[in-house]
Amino acid sequence: MTNENKEDNSQLMAEEKKIVVPGELLAKGIEFLPGYGTFKENGEIRSKILGLVKLKEHLISVVPLSGAYIPITGDGVIGIVSDVQISSWLIDINSPYIGFLPLSEGTEDFIDLTRNDITDYFDVGDVVYARINRVTKRKDVQLSMKDRMCRKLYGGDILRITPAKVPRLIGRSGSMIEMIKKRTGCHIIVGQNGLVWIKGEKETLAAKAVLMVEKESHIEGLTDRIEKMLNESATVKTEETNEEVIQ
Amino acid sequence: MITEIDMEYVKSMIKEGKRIDGREFEEFRNLKIESGFVKNAEGSALVTLGETQVLVGVKIELGEPFPDTPNEGVLMVNSELGPIASPDFESGPPNEQSVELARVVDRGIRESKCMNMEKLCIEPGEKVWMVCIDIHVLNDDGNLIDASSIGAIAAILNTKMPKLNEDGTINRENREEKLEISQIPVACTLHKIEGELILDPDLKEESAVEGRLTVTTIDGQLCAMQKGGICGFTPEEVYKAIDISLKKGSELRKKLE
Amino acid sequence: MSELIKDGRRLDGRKLDELREIEAKAGVIKRADGSGYFRLGNTIAVAAVYGPRELHPKHLVDPVKAYVKCRYNMAPFSTTERVKPGPSRRSTEISKVIKEAISSVLFLEEYPKTGIEVFIEVLQADASTRCVGLNAASIALADAGIPMRDLIVSCSAGKIDGKVVLDIAGEEDFEGEVDLPIAYVPRENKIYLLQMDGIISQEDFRKAIEMATKGCEIIYEKQKEAIKRKYEAFEEGVKK
Repeated sequence: MTNENKEDNSQLMAEEKKIVVPGELLAKGIEFLPGYGTFKENGEIRSKILGLVKLKEHLISVVPLSGAYIPITGDGVIGIVSDVQISSWLIDINSPYIGFLPLSEGTEDFIDLTRNDITDYFDVGDVVYARINRVTKRKDVQLSMKDRMCRKLYGGDILRITPAKVPRLIGRSGSMIEMIKKRTGCHIIVGQNGLVWIKGEKETLAAKAVLMVEKESHIEGLTDRIEKMLNESATVKTEETNEEVIQ
Repeated sequence: MITEIDMEYVKSMIKEGKRIDGREFEEFRNLKIESGFVKNAEGSALVTLGETQVLVGVKIELGEPFPDTPNEGVLMVNSELGPIASPDFESGPPNEQSVELARVVDRGIRESKCMNMEKLCIEPGEKVWMVCIDIHVLNDDGNLIDASSIGAIAAILNTKMPKLNEDGTINRENREEKLEISQIPVACTLHKIEGELILDPDLKEESAVEGRLTVTTIDGQLCAMQKGGICGFTPEEVYKAIDISLKKGSELRKKLE
Repeated sequence: MSELIKDGRRLDGRKLDELREIEAKAGVIKRADGSGYFRLGNTIAVAAVYGPRELHPKHLVDPVKAYVKCRYNMAPFSTTERVKPGPSRRSTEISKVIKEAISSVLFLEEYPKTGIEVFIEVLQADASTRCVGLNAASIALADAGIPMRDLIVSCSAGKIDGKVVLDIAGEEDFEGEVDLPIAYVPRENKIYLLQMDGIISQEDFRKAIEMATKGCEIIYEKQKEAIKRKYEAFEEGVKK
């Protein structure tokens, strides 16, 4: 590349992983592209939200630290049935936008509406793991339960975390969540919408780990700290058990 | 959705430097002020600005002064944006638009110090005259703030004071003494459409207004201002709005004198 | 006539163009989606933001963008004489102008059909309460993760004893001649809230605007610090 490219005086002000506020200048010039959480005005890229800077070559994004869940097609979400209508269900998916589950997407069975009540399938209060089939431009959300992974969730505990922290909780290729599952012996399903379902032996410990990830997500060395915390809890348990045995 | 069509039409005209009814940017519609319209009120005025019509009445009542101003009379301004004036107004307690309108008109009069509040005191700390200005919007075809302000000033300018009977009751008969008004504050609201500042929009033009700045002036000085709407004004735009308001204000003042 | 300025200093010792002491914090109300605390001298306000979330009443729902609801309220114990609880005409008007200022800087189109609710409580009133309230709200909105073009800042200027001053406080509010609160985005050089009462010349008005906009630039940095500090201080604690 020749020096001609630098004539537009492109400049990068932002540093990876630094916290920025709305309006903060991240870069100038045509070399850089505005990604998620940013906007471009008068040749300058600025942050739209409070978040952490993420740089990938020429794409500058800001990863949010907070904010509501905005439904995206394809996301797996945990929801709670809030209303049952004649041939559809309304599902609270922890978002300003409600999830709509039509009968056709709720089950493969043939249902005779004159005889059957669809509450046989899902009733108010039921917890489900569903897939977002479609989100229109005006944010109408259609859900489906037909995916292999979709099902009703029985028992267990539901935690609510900031949706923005979900990627950190899952970890690269699921590494973080797998570690927590293994060390606590729990089934854990993480909805993209910030709802987390936990069921198993050490639900409290798993919950503690999940909340710790949420709180410390932006601080380096998280994986090590979580691992340490889970190890320490295992040790404590062992000591307690020993005491009981001695007595 | 009909307002969307109006909005686009107004905007495209403004971009070409024109207004839908052919007026200049700084031109007011036809203004008619009929003073003393309501015989039972101590003062009144019916203002017709284009198709906008506002009736303002002044009642003088007896009351107690506010604790922090025991030697002063009381000024109260109320506004009524009733369903009679527009399909968009609902009956019921004043909404934020109505409250803002009343308070903007109130400040224009109060801050200009055109009314001698101490002269309205009868017994310090006990009894004072209360000047109650009520704004009734009869037809909303845009620019209610300016129309209401003009109406309020016109009404107090022809207000005649009642007298106090020996038994402490009010005598409203044969009123002669005028309520003393030392100068005439005039409000002029600049409205921003497509970056341009225009005066006195009608209802259609109002649908395209992004924001407005009301500037109340008295004799070369400012006495009150209020910005409304969802848009920003640079300091330069504010100063420009003030210049226009001072100029137009003196023209309007002549009609009220 | 009371003397509000003596030897170039005001009753509280400040110079004519000096702001009161500033304190700003983010995340003070855990239950809210975002929250902020702002203090200017003895005037204190907190703000809580909820949303974007489902909007009620339904007739306010905008199919194309979010709708901002704002409630400015003074706590009954915030002033020397108790304020009657509940909305007043004054608080209704202030809620409106603050709502309009906030709506101007938010990317409302990103959340159609929803509501963003801002609650401002003035805990202690020593003049310029709407400015302090708006500053708290700006911090709260950023804290809630709501997309904004920039932080919005507010402060007041005025005229006392014939001189133009920055940040009206206490006695200056009652005995002063002019009060001019503004909301401003320094980077854009645009004013989003402006109210004025009192008699002032064009020249003095210009001076007042210049002072107020400079005051806003200082407050802007404090807001920014407060928002970042919530995460950075926590980071320090964890790394230990």
